[in-house]
Amino acid sequence: MAAAARGCGGVWCRVWQCGAGGSAPRGQCSVAGSARSAAVPAGKSGLAPWVPVVGLEIHAQISSNSKLFSGSQVQFAAPPNSVVSFFDASLPGTLPVINRRCVEAAVMTGLALNCSINKRSLFDRKHYFYADLPAGYQITQQRVPIAVNGTLSYSLCTDNKMSQMVTKTVRIKQIQLEQDSGKSLHDDTRSQTLVDLNRAGVGLMEVVMEPDMCCGEEAAAAVRELQLILQTLGSSHAVMAEGQLRVDANVSVHHPGEPYGVRTEVKNINSIRFLAKAVDHEIQRQIEELENGGTVLNETRAFDSKLGCTVPMRDKEGKQDYRFMPEPNLPPLILYDTKSLPANMNHQQVVNIDWIHERLPDLPSVKRAKLVEQYGILPEHSFTLLNEDGLTEFFENVVKHTQMKPKKVIGWILNDLLSYLNQHSLTVKESPVSSSILADLLNLLERKEISSTAAKQVLVELWKGEGKTPLEIVKEKKLELIQDQEALEQICQAVIDGQENEVIMMVEGSLCSTAVCGTKKGVKMVFFFSPVDWHLSCRASIGAVKLLLSDYQPFLLLSYFTKCFCRN
Amino acid sequence: MRVLSVSRWLRGAVRAPSGGPGSPQVPQPGRREREAAPGGSCPRAEKVTVDVLDHLEHLALVDFRDSEGVERLQKAIQFADQLHEVNTDGVEPMDSVLEDRCLYLREDDVTEGNCTKELLKNAKEKVEEYFVAPPGNIPLPKLEE
Repeated sequence: MAAAARGCGGVWCRVWQCGAGGSAPRGQCSVAGSARSAAVPAGKSGLAPWVPVVGLEIHAQISSNSKLFSGSQVQFAAPPNSVVSFFDASLPGTLPVINRRCVEAAVMTGLALNCSINKRSLFDRKHYFYADLPAGYQITQQRVPIAVNGTLSYSLCTDNKMSQMVTKTVRIKQIQLEQDSGKSLHDDTRSQTLVDLNRAGVGLMEVVMEPDMCCGEEAAAAVRELQLILQTLGSSHAVMAEGQLRVDANVSVHHPGEPYGVRTEVKNINSIRFLAKAVDHEIQRQIEELENGGTVLNETRAFDSKLGCTVPMRDKEGKQDYRFMPEPNLPPLILYDTKSLPANMNHQQVVNIDWIHERLPDLPSVKRAKLVEQYGILPEHSFTLLNEDGLTEFFENVVKHTQMKPKKVIGWILNDLLSYLNQHSLTVKESPVSSSILADLLNLLERKEISSTAAKQVLVELWKGEGKTPLEIVKEKKLELIQDQEALEQICQAVIDGQENEVIMMVEGSLCSTAVCGTKKGVKMVFFFSPVDWHLSCRASIGAVKLLLSDYQPFLLLSYFTKCFCRN
Repeated sequence: MRVLSVSRWLRGAVRAPSGGPGSPQVPQPGRREREAAPGGSCPRAEKVTVDVLDHLEHLALVDFRDSEGVERLQKAIQFADQLHEVNTDGVEPMDSVLEDRCLYLREDDVTEGNCTKELLKNAKEKVEEYFVAPPGNIPLPKLEE
C-alpha cells in the first residue's frame, strides 16, 4: 500500500497495452491515481492491476580539471591512455589525494537537493574484478556518504499539450563520491578486450533515489530536472551522450497491498528518451512474464536501443559480493560550517558548507518562477525556455530590445523560432537569426510598419542567414503597410476599376471560410481565405481598407478577419 | 582499546566477548595453544564448506589447490578468531591510524598524465596504445569435491 501512496500510484493493466504502441505507456500513467479516468478499469478485463516501482541510480561525472584522487586531466575523447597517472593505473606505491573541487561539487549538489550534509564522511573500497578497474577495487563511500536524505521535485505534463503540469517529488537516499572506471572496448573477433584508462579515476557523484516513481515518463522527467540542476550548479555538465550522466534503473512490479516484487536492474541507457522506453518496456516485460505464470529473475539487463527492449547481460551472473572495507589510505573527510570552523585553519584546507550555500545559483525551479513573475508568461512556457539550452537568454535579450510585450514575444520565440530550430536540428546558439535581429523585426511589427503575415515572411527570408536586416528585406519585398490613406484609395480604386469583374481580396487569419460579398457599381467583391498564397504582398491594414470600403459597401464583415491584403 | 577489525569481512556479526566490560584484554600466549586443537574451546570453528571455498576463490581469484591449502585456511581463520576474545562493546572500530589527521585537500590543477609510453612499458600485450585484456569475465570452473 505504501508504494501506491507514493509516486503516481499508477495502476497498469495489461489489456490496455494491446495495439496501442508507443502512446500506451503515457496513457497508462495518466490513468494513474484517478480510477474514474481509467478507460480500462482493472476489474473489467479480469486481470488484477499492477503497481510498477522504479528507483534510479544516477552517476554524474564531476566537472573538474583533474581527477578525484589524482592530478591527471579530465578530458573526453583524449588519445588512449594519455591522461592517466600512475595512481590511475594502480601502479604500486601510489596513494590517493582528494581533489577539493570534487568535494565542493558534491556539497553543492547535496545542498541543491535539500540533503543533510554529513560533516564527517568516510571512504571505502568496493572490490570486484574487471579489466577496466586496475586496482581491483573502486574507492567509494558506502558507510557514511557525503550527503543523505534529500528531495528532488520535478514536473510532468498530464496531457500531450503541456497545458496541465503536475509537480511530483522523489526522495534522494544519498549522494556519494566515487571513482569512475576506465573504458573497455570488446573485440569479439580477436577474443580480447582493449582497455583505455583515461576515464579511470574521474570523480563521480552517485545520486541514489528511493523507488518513488512508477513509470518511464516520471523517471525521464526526474532525470531531466536533475540534469538541469547539475548544469545550473556547474557541478557536472551532465551530457548523457558523452557519458557524463549515466542512469541505471531498478524496476519491479507488484499487486497493490502485496510486498514489492523481484527487481531487475536496467543498464546501458544512453539518453533520456531511451530511459523512458527502457523502463516502460521492462515493466511490460515483467507484467507479461508474471501473468504467464513465470518469475522475474533478480538480474541485470541491458537496454538495446535498436530492438527497443531489455536483454540479459552476460557478465553479471550471480549476486556480487563486493567485500566492502574501509579505505585505509584516506582519513575521514571533515566539512565545516561557520559555527564549527576553527579559528586558525588554513582556508585552502577548509570546505565551508555555509559559504557554499550562500553562493548557490538560482535553481531551475526558482528561475522558472521568476520568469513567470517578471514577464507574465505561462508556467509551461518557462519549462520550455529552460529546457532548451540558451533559449532563456535569447528570449530575455529580445524582450530587452523590443517594445513588444513579453507575452507576445514568447509566442514568436516558442512557435516560430523554436519550431524552425527543431525542424533543422539546430541549437539556439546556431540560430541564423540572432536575438537583436528578431527584436528589430518585432519592433517593425509593433510599430505597425508591417503586418504579422509580413513579419512571418520576413522571418522566412532571415532564416536564410544572408545577413540582411529585417528592414532591408521589408523594403526589398515591398512589404510595408501603406499608411497613407490616399495611396490606399488609389490602389483599391485601380483594382476595382480594372478589367476584372471580380475583386478578390486575400484575407489572412483563422481557418473559418466565411465569404462576404459586396457590390459597387456592379463589381462583385469576394473576400475569402487562402493561407497558401503567401507570396502576395500584404500592403493594406484592415483598419484602413475597412474605412475605405465602407464607402463602397454597407456590409463588410471584416471583424472576422485579422488582416487583409490587396492583390497586385 | 581499539582493535583492527580485519576479520569482520570474513565473518558476519561480532561474537559475544568473554572478557569484562571495557577492560582491555590481550590473549595470553598459553591460550593460543589451547585453541589450536581442532574444534577447541572455540564454538564457532566451523568447517569451511565447498560453497564458501568456491565463493572465496571466485571473489578473490585465489586457488586453494588441495586439502592442505584448505586446512591452512581453516587454521588461519581460527587464529584470527582470537580477536573475538576482546570485548569491544560500545567501542568504535578504528579503520585507519590516520583517523586523527585531516584529509588533505588538493587544488584542482592538472599535474600528472601524458606518460602513455611509460605506462605501456610493462604491458605484456598492447594494441595501438590500448592495454589488452582477456575478453570479459570468464567464469571459473566449479569445484568438484
